[in-house]
Amino acid sequence: MLEKMNSVKYWALIGSALLLSACANTNTGTVPVTPTEPVAVETEDPVVASPPETVDVETVMEDPATQSSLDTASGNSVAYFGYDRYDLSSDARAALQAQAAWLQTHAAVKITVEGHCDERGTREYNLALGDRRANSVKNYLVALGVDPSRIHTVSYGKERPVVTGSGEASWSKNRRSYTRVN
Amino acid sequence: MRLLKILKLVTAGFALLTFMATSPAAARIVVDVNRGHADPLPIAITDLVGSESDIVSGGSVKNYGQRIALVIKANLTRSGLFRSIDPEAFIKSGTIEENLRNPNFNNWKAIGAHALMNGSISLQEDGRLKVEFRLWDVLGTNQMTGLRYFTSPKNWRRIAHLISDAIYKRMTGESGYFDTRVVYISESGIATQRVKRLAIMDQDGHNHIFLTNGKNLVLTPRFSPTAQEITYLSYHNDDPRVYLYNIDSGKQEILGDFPGMTFAPRFSPDGNKVIMSQAYKGNSDIYVMELRTRKIQRLTSHTAIDTSPSYSPDSRFVTFNSDRGGSQQIYVMESSGKNIKRISFGKGRYSTPVWSPRGDLIAFTRQYKGKFYIGVMRPDGSGERLLSESFLDEGPTWSPNGRVIMFFRQQPYDDKGRGGETQLWTVDLTGYNERQMITPLDASDPAWSPLIR
Repeated sequence: MLEKMNSVKYWALIGSALLLSACANTNTGTVPVTPTEPVAVETEDPVVASPPETVDVETVMEDPATQSSLDTASGNSVAYFGYDRYDLSSDARAALQAQAAWLQTHAAVKITVEGHCDERGTREYNLALGDRRANSVKNYLVALGVDPSRIHTVSYGKERPVVTGSGEASWSKNRRSYTRVN
Repeated sequence: MRLLKILKLVTAGFALLTFMATSPAAARIVVDVNRGHADPLPIAITDLVGSESDIVSGGSVKNYGQRIALVIKANLTRSGLFRSIDPEAFIKSGTIEENLRNPNFNNWKAIGAHALMNGSISLQEDGRLKVEFRLWDVLGTNQMTGLRYFTSPKNWRRIAHLISDAIYKRMTGESGYFDTRVVYISESGIATQRVKRLAIMDQDGHNHIFLTNGKNLVLTPRFSPTAQEITYLSYHNDDPRVYLYNIDSGKQEILGDFPGMTFAPRFSPDGNKVIMSQAYKGNSDIYVMELRTRKIQRLTSHTAIDTSPSYSPDSRFVTFNSDRGGSQQIYVMESSGKNIKRISFGKGRYSTPVWSPRGDLIAFTRQYKGKFYIGVMRPDGSGERLLSESFLDEGPTWSPNGRVIMFFRQQPYDDKGRGGETQLWTVDLTGYNERQMITPLDASDPAWSPLIR
C-alpha cells in the first residue's frame, strides 16, 4: 500500500515538473510553436490535477490530551483485578506504567480512577472493594512519579459493569479500574 | 356495647375505639406464626355493608366496603397464615343487622370457617368514612375484637391495612405489619447503563411513588424509625455520599463533610444518629453521626473493610461485616466500638447483617459455592438457618414485627446478555411462603418501614 502511494506521488511530482517547465517555456515566448509537442502533456494532465497539500497538515498535529489518546497509549485505560483482590498483577502494573508514562507527557491532565467490581458480592462490600482498587491504582501511579493532586478516585462497586454476563469471562472484565481523563 | 379502651392516633388523623373485646383467654383459635407452612386458618371475610346511593369520590360507599374487604383478604392471604374462603360458598340468611351483630355461627361452621370478619361502612356528615368491623370466633361463637375507624375516603387503603393488622394481632398474638411502606431502588435499562431511582410504596405495592428522577445513581435507602425520613447513598456530582431525604417535604441534604466516600447508612433505633461507613484512602471504617449536633464518632480503625453496620434495637450493640479475619464475616461490637467479636463461622462469606426489630435474630446474606442465601442467626452466632437460596439473593430487611424478611433477587444473565431481572421477594422466618413483590420496574435494596403511626 505504502509503495503504491509513493509511486503515485512520484509520478505526480514528475508531472508537475513537466508542467512547470512547459509553462516556463511558454512564458519566455522564445520557443517556436510546433504541432508535435502536446501529446506528452495530455497524458500527464489528469495526474497533476489533485493537490496533495492537505496530507501534510495532518502529520504536524501534536498528540492531544484526550481519553482516546490515553486509551490508545495504555490498552484502554484499564487494569484488571482477581476475584476479591485489589493487589496489582504484573499485567496490571504494565498497563499502569503505560498510563504513568502518558501522564508524564501530558502533565496538565487530571484524572479520575474508577474502581469497579463484578456482581458476585454484596453491594456495600463492593463499594468498599472498588474504593480499595481505585486507591491501589492511585498509589502505584504516584509511586511512578504522578503528582497525587492530579488523581481523584471514585468507587462504583458493582453498579457499572462494562460487560453484561454472568460467568467468569464477564466477571474478570468487570473487576477493573478505569482511568478517566477529566 | 362495652367500651374498653379509646386510642387516638392523632398524627395519622385517625380515631379508633375498641368495643366489646373479650379477654384473650376466651379465644379458642390461635394462629401459630412459627408454623407458616402448616394449614392456613380458614377465615371468612365479608364485604363491609354500605349504602349504594351514598357517593364519595371514586365510587359508592358500598363499593368502598367491597374494596376494603379485598385488600384485607389479600393481606391475610399473603401472610401465609390465613386462607380466605370464597364468598360464593357463603350461606345467606337473616337480615343485615342480625348478621352484623349476631352471626349464624352454624352457617359459617358449615362452610369450614374458623373465623369470620364482618362490618359496615357509612358516610358521615363531615365527609369522612366511618368503618367498623368485628372479628368472630366461629367455633367458640363469640366476638374476638371489634374496632371503629374514621378517615377521609382517600385514606381507605390504610383502613384496610389497620383492620388487617388488628386481625393478625388478635389471632397470632403478635403485632401486624400491613400498615407499613417499603422504600427501595427502582431499576431500568441495560446492565452497563442501569438507571436507578428512589421509590416508595405500601407493603402491598400500591400507592407507588418515584422519589428521584434517575439522573443520579442512588443506592441502599433506609427508613428512620418515624418512617418520615430516608437515609441513602447518592452519586450527586459523581461524588458518592450519604444523604437524608424528607418524605413530607422532598428536601434532600448531604450528611456530614467527610473527605472520603460515605456509604452503608442506617438510622439508630431512636432516629437521632446515622451509622455508616467511610472509605478514605482505600480503607473503609465505621462512623456514627449525631444528627442534631453533627458530631462524628469513629467506631472502628482497622485496615480491613468494615461496613454494613446495623444497631441492635436497644442501641447497645452494632453488628457489621468485616474481612479482618481474611474473608467477609459478621461481627458484633458494643455501640462504643469496644469488644469486637466475630459471630459467623460457617463456610463461605457472610455480609449485610441486619438486627431484627425484636432483637432475637440477625438476618444476613451468605455466599457459598456460587450461590447466595438469606439467613438468620442469633446475635451470639448460634442457631443459623438459611431461608432462601438463588444465584443472587441479597440485602435482607425485616418487617416491623420481625416475622417476615424482604430481600432482592437478581437472575443470572445468559451468554447473549439476556436475563438479569431483579425483583423484591419476601420470605417468612420459617423459610416458607416465599413470594415476589410486584413493582412497576425492576427493584432492589428494599427497606421496610416501621408501623406507621
